[in-house]
Amino acid sequence: MAEVTYLEAIRQGIWEEMERDASVFCIGEDIGVYGGAFKITKGMLQRFGEQRIVDTPISESAIVGAAIGASFAGMRPVAEMQFSDFITCAFDQIVNFAAKTRYRWNAPAPLVVRAPSGGGIHGGPYHSQNPEAWFVKTPGLKVVEPATAYDAKGLMKSAIRDNDPVIFFEHKKLYRAVKGEVPASDYTVPLGKARLHREGKHIAVITYGAMVHVASEAATVLEREGVSLEILDLRTLLPLDEEAILASVKKCSRALVLHEDTLTGGIGGEISARISEKAFEWLDAPVVRLAAPDTPVPFAPPLEQAFLPDANKVIEKARWLAAY
Amino acid sequence: MAAVKPVGPLLVEHAGASRATAAETDAVEGLSPEEIALRGHYYMALQREVEDRIERKLYRQGKILGGVYVGRGQEAICVGAGLAAEEEDWLYPCHRDLGLYLVRGVTPREIFAQYMGRVGGLTRGREGNMHMGDLKRRIVAIISAMAASVPVAAGTAMALKFQGSRQIVFNIFGDGATSRGDWHEGINLASVQKAPVVFICNNNQYAYSTPLEKQMACEHVADRAPGYGMPGEIVDGNDVFAVYNAVQRAAGRARAGQGPSLIECKTFRMTGHSAHDGGDYVPEHLWREWAEKCPIQRVERTLLECGWASREELDATHARIRREADEAIAWAENSPYPDPSTLTHDVYEGSR
Ligand SMILES: Cc1ncc(C[n+]2csc(CCOP(=O)(O)OP(=O)(O)O)c2C)c(N)n1
Repeated sequence: MAEVTYLEAIRQGIWEEMERDASVFCIGEDIGVYGGAFKITKGMLQRFGEQRIVDTPISESAIVGAAIGASFAGMRPVAEMQFSDFITCAFDQIVNFAAKTRYRWNAPAPLVVRAPSGGGIHGGPYHSQNPEAWFVKTPGLKVVEPATAYDAKGLMKSAIRDNDPVIFFEHKKLYRAVKGEVPASDYTVPLGKARLHREGKHIAVITYGAMVHVASEAATVLEREGVSLEILDLRTLLPLDEEAILASVKKCSRALVLHEDTLTGGIGGEISARISEKAFEWLDAPVVRLAAPDTPVPFAPPLEQAFLPDANKVIEKARWLAAY
Repeated sequence: MAAVKPVGPLLVEHAGASRATAAETDAVEGLSPEEIALRGHYYMALQREVEDRIERKLYRQGKILGGVYVGRGQEAICVGAGLAAEEEDWLYPCHRDLGLYLVRGVTPREIFAQYMGRVGGLTRGREGNMHMGDLKRRIVAIISAMAASVPVAAGTAMALKFQGSRQIVFNIFGDGATSRGDWHEGINLASVQKAPVVFICNNNQYAYSTPLEKQMACEHVADRAPGYGMPGEIVDGNDVFAVYNAVQRAAGRARAGQGPSLIECKTFRMTGHSAHDGGDYVPEHLWREWAEKCPIQRVERTLLECGWASREELDATHARIRREADEAIAWAENSPYPDPSTLTHDVYEGSR
């Protein structure tokens, strides 16, 4: 097994699916000659040609719309949003066309919309957002966000093979910061299944994406204080792996829901509601959420630092929970 | 409806081109050719200096974080437009139009502080780089999504018309932006409403790595205008007089209630897309050819040929600009970062 970056793992996932299945193609801005703003599609134009690596004008709505249309005709498009912040320009096509087409007239739209998201890269309000919650409340979509290289590749393969539209969030901070072993042979990671990132006893931290690593950092510190964090990496946000969430909560009796997206209307609210409904008797403390505050993502480094959840903020919440 | 002017001869640039368009300025009401040359030169050179410091110095020193986009080689467009705008008019610049801010009176201090995320910046550290505006000075900040400003500019223009104002709106965007639905919706609405707005495209022939022919199947951005019942004009975007004159004419139409116009300024992006992009997808000969057409050098030639400035005076202008930049950077570096306790302020009126 070779150790590769999260970025390279995503690239391999797409590449291998394109080798395996001639109906898979990529469409997006600057993905051909340039290899994509983050170089995910680097080398693909040379290997697969212009028919399957389609460079487009700056037209997010047309990119997703065309992907939907091509999927009706038997293709499996992988559409790239240069930054997830621009997915808003394709919102109607995603939430009104792609998400509802199977339900309305039994026409599946098997496509993947890739969306590099997340902060911590000094991107300011329009290159840092985490827009997953907008899509999580749209029945008909699946929403994925991997935290590790292994999952990034395995989930990408599953997303491409899936027969429903999948919004695939890739955390930009993880692209080069996270590395992991990835099998050379074909494998997939199932959609809709969470993964136990770290086993623990006292507090179940339910999270995903870059925050998995933030939680790990906090867990190492808290361990020395005798507080043991269990970390559940959701991997898929829609559909939620409720069973795994409840199992962790029932085991630990305390729950911390953590996300980088802003607090109000974030997926943390949904998770915490389900815990309250279905694991109330097991709880020894209120379900606590830790998320970014309800503001746009600011640019100045001290403001962004104050905005983003980090290990210290996790530690503070966890201590409060442990002492409750 | 004005026909689209052929672009061919404009792009075969010759030394006398600026002089010729300067002469044409006499026919357009507004600044004299000498004023355009002198003020245009100053603001273009100032934009170049400020952006060079940002991109080649402060960014590389790690003092500026995040994205950096500059307008090197295309300064004549925003400066020419800025000179044509009246003080009370509204400006909707894009991410390479620093000169428009400078002409309107935004200081290099405010700009450096903006890039460094300091409280002295136009957005007080909330935003970075060219994502800046100032309602008091009637400069509207872009959002990142290309072309999103176009319908917004149309709306400001509609309001001004409704209010019976003499003010009009200037909106600049790139060639790539004209591919977005927002662009088409905004242009169409403005035209239907006969909104007093001048749409200005800096066609620098690349959108990030995407060359024009992958962006649009028509030859010119201006070709899009007739479909919306709007005059479309093509000008040499590296000639500050040509830009000024075309914008001035379009402004006249807008003020006279004749509605919006689209001006396509042919130019070239003399840099990668941003500070982290070397632009190695651009064929070598294009850099060379367009370096010859530098709008600042061109106006300097005109100034010298017409006797409006001496070499010494031009050198003195550059020296003054360098001092201004030095002083402004020192000021910006002394401006503090915003206090983290202000993070949640101003999400709503009065929110703390
Ligand atoms: C809707 C949208 N999609 C993608 C981007 C990423 N992006 C930033 S600038 C740019 C190219 C813009 O090209 P153009 O409009 O021609 O302006 P130029 O940079 O050439 O001045 C792209 C694709 C964006 N800002 N907005």
